[in-house]
Amino acid sequence: MERVDPAAVMAPPAQQTRSLSEPIAFVVMVLALVIAPYFFYPMFVMQALCFALFACAFNLLIGYGGLLSFGHALYFGWASYIAAHLAKVGTISFPIWYGSPKWHWATIPLPPLSPELAILGGTLAGGMLGLIAGTLAIRRQGIYFAMITLALAQMMYFFALQAPFTGGEDGIQGVPRGKILGVIDLADPTNLYVTVLVIFLVGFLLIYRIIHSPFGEVLKAIRENEARAISLGYKTDRYKLMAFVLSATLAGLAGSTKAIVLQIASLTDVNWPMSGEVVLMALVGGLGTVFGPVAGAFIVIAMQNYLAQIGQWVTVIQGTIFVLCVLLFRRGVVGELANLLRIRL
Amino acid sequence: MKRLLGLAAFAAALIASPAQAQQITVKIGVMSDMSSLYSDIGGPGSVAAAKLAIADFTKNNPNVKVELISADHQNKADVGSNIVNQWYDVEKVDLVIDVPNSGVAFAVSQIAANKNKVFIVSGAAASDLTGSKCNANTVHWTYDTWMLANGTGTALVKTGGDTWFFLTADYAFGHALERDTAAAVEKANGKIVGKVRHPLNTSDFSSFLLQAQASKAKVIGLANAGGDTINSIKQGAEFGIVKGGQKFAGLLVFASDVNALGLQTAQGLTLTETWYWDANDANRAWTKRWQGERPGKFPTMVQAGVYAGITHYLKAVVALKSATDGKAVVAQMKALPTDDPLFGKGTIRADGRKVHDAYLFEVKSPAESKYPGDFYKLRATIPADQAFRPLKEGSCPLVSG
Repeated sequence: MERVDPAAVMAPPAQQTRSLSEPIAFVVMVLALVIAPYFFYPMFVMQALCFALFACAFNLLIGYGGLLSFGHALYFGWASYIAAHLAKVGTISFPIWYGSPKWHWATIPLPPLSPELAILGGTLAGGMLGLIAGTLAIRRQGIYFAMITLALAQMMYFFALQAPFTGGEDGIQGVPRGKILGVIDLADPTNLYVTVLVIFLVGFLLIYRIIHSPFGEVLKAIRENEARAISLGYKTDRYKLMAFVLSATLAGLAGSTKAIVLQIASLTDVNWPMSGEVVLMALVGGLGTVFGPVAGAFIVIAMQNYLAQIGQWVTVIQGTIFVLCVLLFRRGVVGELANLLRIRL
Repeated sequence: MKRLLGLAAFAAALIASPAQAQQITVKIGVMSDMSSLYSDIGGPGSVAAAKLAIADFTKNNPNVKVELISADHQNKADVGSNIVNQWYDVEKVDLVIDVPNSGVAFAVSQIAANKNKVFIVSGAAASDLTGSKCNANTVHWTYDTWMLANGTGTALVKTGGDTWFFLTADYAFGHALERDTAAAVEKANGKIVGKVRHPLNTSDFSSFLLQAQASKAKVIGLANAGGDTINSIKQGAEFGIVKGGQKFAGLLVFASDVNALGLQTAQGLTLTETWYWDANDANRAWTKRWQGERPGKFPTMVQAGVYAGITHYLKAVVALKSATDGKAVVAQMKALPTDDPLFGKGTIRADGRKVHDAYLFEVKSPAESKYPGDFYKLRATIPADQAFRPLKEGSCPLVSG
């Protein structure tokens, strides 16, 4: 795969004054999402929202930190496994080793947790994995960084394949949706939709806030010229690690939510094509734009959903679109639009 | 709104009824593996079988209108459950049929129960579908792992294959087949010396086959199916496993697999099936029609099961005059004795298990085979009441009451 150089495909130079375009676009997006379930299949919209959050989290890393992770399925998929397990089974057993030649199993007996705790657990797991993978990966740049993230993700994929609690090829099926805080029953489609929408918007606004914070500005500086950022006295490794962990945590939030919505956690979410898919989403929508990944996620998921009848050709069409994006509109759908209208999106 | 619609429908029915019998509309979705390792077992051939079933039924029942759609689940439980959710919610599908992949089938079965629709399993094998995970909306038509184990497993132990090593596809189906076969082998005083699990749809079996070879077991039980079985037998030949005196037991081998392996490689394999295209005139006549859509191929028992399942389902729907209440339709299916040109007379038990005879076949040698598709010689017929797991042993909640 051609190396994606984020700087070359970036949104137009950031304007210093705060424009109104972003708040307006945000309001339009929220309105569209509020009325969407009346026009489209709600399950589809919810699934697309989970992927949109995932793509936004990924975009935080590549679009603003300039770090191309090729293993984001790891945080997304494992978070969905953890959330599904917590919601369905609860009890956690893990092997520990203390000197003796044998592994011991420690068990934390838990009842099946309510969905908000399951999602929280999955999100934290995503963050923890991000911390471990990030600490190792940020020592290298460019293609090596991407390869290390991919290698770690594949390692954990095979772990998911073999670990008994993930159910192998079957995945964890029939995850109960339960009641949030014991009150809001998620079996009701409207409640579920509102919950997913709120989770998505919270995640989205958090990312927006991060991008526009001083921390985000430093991140962008590192993206543009890391050596200069170092010379200005920033400990760039710490910033990069922080961005990595934040991105992994939010990817985890997206994965956990998906497990509750679709009631299944499976190998698809943790395998490498998923890592590629999120790159595609961010790229089609527009790297380094706030709304791009959302648009990209909806485009990709809609393609998968409505072209499902033609089976394996979906992958071919996806590939073609990817090639067209790279060749023709390198800023992505939203990026090109922003460039055309000379606004920030 | 619902009540209004109901009233409108009722009024429409009243107006229409004197002239002709009530019009019934049914929508059927065939979900299968259309492009990967199980596509010859079910896949487009199942769609062809479904078309035949619908054509035959609507010829005699012109008041029934049947729509057919199909999709590829790509052997992924998440893809499968997405499609089925959408089918039941948006497309208003009443019946989902086939689903060759037990992992996906479990997901579909749960969704069918949640949404009170009907699911007829033809392609998937795991016996838990009518065991611990049974529900009132699922019927398991063609075969299952217990039946395969009971047929092939027991037969092989009796002919001297008393030590076994399992090569198991690592998902619900493989696990169920391994478990059921191990039980059958041990019951017949055989011994299990080891097992290894391989991921679904693998292309490289070398490390698994070497472990099997090193185990020195007399029989290597292949608890996998379709492309995986074909690959393990072919690659096993390259490692000289059969020449070394060990024997492969294809625990689930379909006519399409024998066709793909070729008789030279497959000869002598013992296998259990519930339907064989060349068994009688009715089957041969049906196969000829089926081949109109699938020239050069031979139908498997899964595809025959799709035909028979849809036929019986439509009978139940006509008896009820409605397809809306899935539980009621399945209850009706269980109440009606089954009778179709392919599987003959039979019944569906309380746990959703369809019972019929099973046959123990041996694959012919190239010399014995007289014409294309002449694959099997019949070794034994296992009567319906012994072919499947006894009702009480399945621990299906529907049975205990």
